[in-house]
Amino acid sequence: MYDAKKLKEIEESLAAWVKKTQAVLEKRPERKEHFETLSGIPVERVYTPSSESGYDYLQDLGLPGEYPYTRGVQPTMYRGRLWTMRQYAGFASAEESNRRYKYLLEQGQTGLSVAFDLPTQIGYDSDHPMAQGEVGKVGVAIDSLKDMETLFDGIPLDQVSTSMTINAPAAVLLAMYVQTAAKQGVGPDRLKGTIQNDILKEYAARGTYIFPPGPSMRIITDIFAFCSENIPMWNTISISGYHIREAGSTAVQEVAFTLANGIAYVEAALNAGLKVDDFAPRLSFFFNAHLDFFEEVAKFRAARRLWAGIMKERFQAKSARSLMLRFHTQTAGCTLTAQQPQNNVIRVTLQALSAVLGGTQSLHTNSMDEAFSLPSEEAVQTALRTQQLIAHESGVANTADPLGGSFYVERLTDELEERARAYIEKIDEMGGAVVAVEQGYIQKEIQESAYAYQKAVETTEQIVVGLNKFQEEGAPRPTNLLRVDKRVMESQLAKLERLRAERDNAAVTSTVARLRECATGTDNLIPAIMEAVASYATLGEICDALREVFGEYTAVATL
Amino acid sequence: MTKKKIRVLAAKPGLDGHDRGIKVISCALRDAGMEVIYTGLRQTPEQIVQAAIQEDVDVIAMSVLSGAHGYLFPRVMDLLEEAGVTDVLVIGGGIIPEEDIQHLKDVGIRAIFGPGTPTTDIVQFIEENTPR
Repeated sequence: MYDAKKLKEIEESLAAWVKKTQAVLEKRPERKEHFETLSGIPVERVYTPSSESGYDYLQDLGLPGEYPYTRGVQPTMYRGRLWTMRQYAGFASAEESNRRYKYLLEQGQTGLSVAFDLPTQIGYDSDHPMAQGEVGKVGVAIDSLKDMETLFDGIPLDQVSTSMTINAPAAVLLAMYVQTAAKQGVGPDRLKGTIQNDILKEYAARGTYIFPPGPSMRIITDIFAFCSENIPMWNTISISGYHIREAGSTAVQEVAFTLANGIAYVEAALNAGLKVDDFAPRLSFFFNAHLDFFEEVAKFRAARRLWAGIMKERFQAKSARSLMLRFHTQTAGCTLTAQQPQNNVIRVTLQALSAVLGGTQSLHTNSMDEAFSLPSEEAVQTALRTQQLIAHESGVANTADPLGGSFYVERLTDELEERARAYIEKIDEMGGAVVAVEQGYIQKEIQESAYAYQKAVETTEQIVVGLNKFQEEGAPRPTNLLRVDKRVMESQLAKLERLRAERDNAAVTSTVARLRECATGTDNLIPAIMEAVASYATLGEICDALREVFGEYTAVATL
Repeated sequence: MTKKKIRVLAAKPGLDGHDRGIKVISCALRDAGMEVIYTGLRQTPEQIVQAAIQEDVDVIAMSVLSGAHGYLFPRVMDLLEEAGVTDVLVIGGGIIPEEDIQHLKDVGIRAIFGPGTPTTDIVQFIEENTPR
């Protein structure tokens, strides 16, 4: 970037400065002997052109919308269109969640993001014994197409994009969405949205798996194939580092394990006979925006550059869209404190800002009361307003990659990329992400980082404002916490009973039998799931049929 | 004579997959000299009680972040009573609204530890309250 003569001058002047600073240090030592990022990357006193690892601007950074996409995936970034403001929401019943979605859309939210309750995420109907106590709690309970129709009642599905946090039974919920849209007269070719569909991180960090890895990967690649032909604008997967980070990983591990999972999905799809440029453009990602501001910005940039290289060099992708790492971001739930909850608004603001400066395509900002319960409407509004402030008042959206060229951010970007690459190589040597998860390697790595962080907090090496410093006895607690009404369970059970009485049960039996048969063979499963859903088979019935054929995953409890 | 190690069953009842907290606490209890048996995810109350009896534990530490504590914790207490287990210290943690805590204590959960609790507090509580 600089000619040799200039660089030499800078180095000389830096050396002189270091000497001069030594005198200052003797009088006034720095706050710590060593500074490092939250992920343990050493941080120097200052960064100058000579700290750079000698990057080549065009090759390593390029321009926005151009390979390797370090500076963003679109040429105009937020000057063209702001990121999608997408608050993850859903609780209790379909009716209740439908009301919340309409409220959020009225408040200026630009995309929907559906949270399902745990029975739905694990493929149990609300009347399953394992569902006791969980119905409607962390998200909306969906048992059949009927519930899905209610969930999107009055929301034109050709005009919103909808993200669904659903993994093991993603194909079933996607089928319900497609059928609901069809009833509104909207064809699958006009649907926009995302299913999370990322089973590998469920095994590693989030826990809503159903089937073993083999059949799970088949369902995922069947979805890739089906969508590329029928739902071309749908993001078929959201390869998620978010939960890996929430489970305690570092930023480096978040990037590494997420991209390693991404590699596993691409390989599975290639092995299933798909062509890389047919499915890769619809792969999307999901990251966490955590505390260390610059490290986070660098993380997003490093992830983009790393993925572009992997797709181009390892998988010979040709289409530009196959090379672009497009991602959703959520601020870090694990950093929210129950102590002085109003401080969470500021944490979320900083984290959201890092996501925007890192070039996110969509963003969820957490609400201040989420260390207590699901967010209240009031708290969600402040969280959404935080994004609107960043977008419309701060000016940061007016140019692409505003921190590009910062000596520090570029150096951190290089460091994160290198360290993540080293992890990915290690996982490659183990035989890939599936093996690494099955052996408990990823889980163990995450757990060690989580424990190290906890120890740092307890020794106050890591300060958490309001928790281990600047505490305040009797600080006000949030009011208006959201409570899920106990009657949700009863009404869900009543709905199920009515459904089973009113639907054509012979049709259900035959569509479910066809699905079971399809699962034993190798044909694409999605059309059979689509038929079962259309006949109002329940989520539990469909997943049970697949359980019979595929079996269930039993996790190794690592400690 | 060496003191017998406190045996703890760390349990995840229900469908909740958030296991960062329980694992971190398990590590801390282990570092504090206790023996920790971790159940893994998705345990029914029946499985937890059975494991507690089989492993002959002194303490059951449960974690739920999904909001299902109101059903799951009391259910475990009922089953312990049915099985005639009365000398086990049961504690809980997770995302548990303050107004729910009294009810959980009423059914016999001795303490509820919320987000931000130092692991040292939990170690101390177990050491002071485990029936020996």
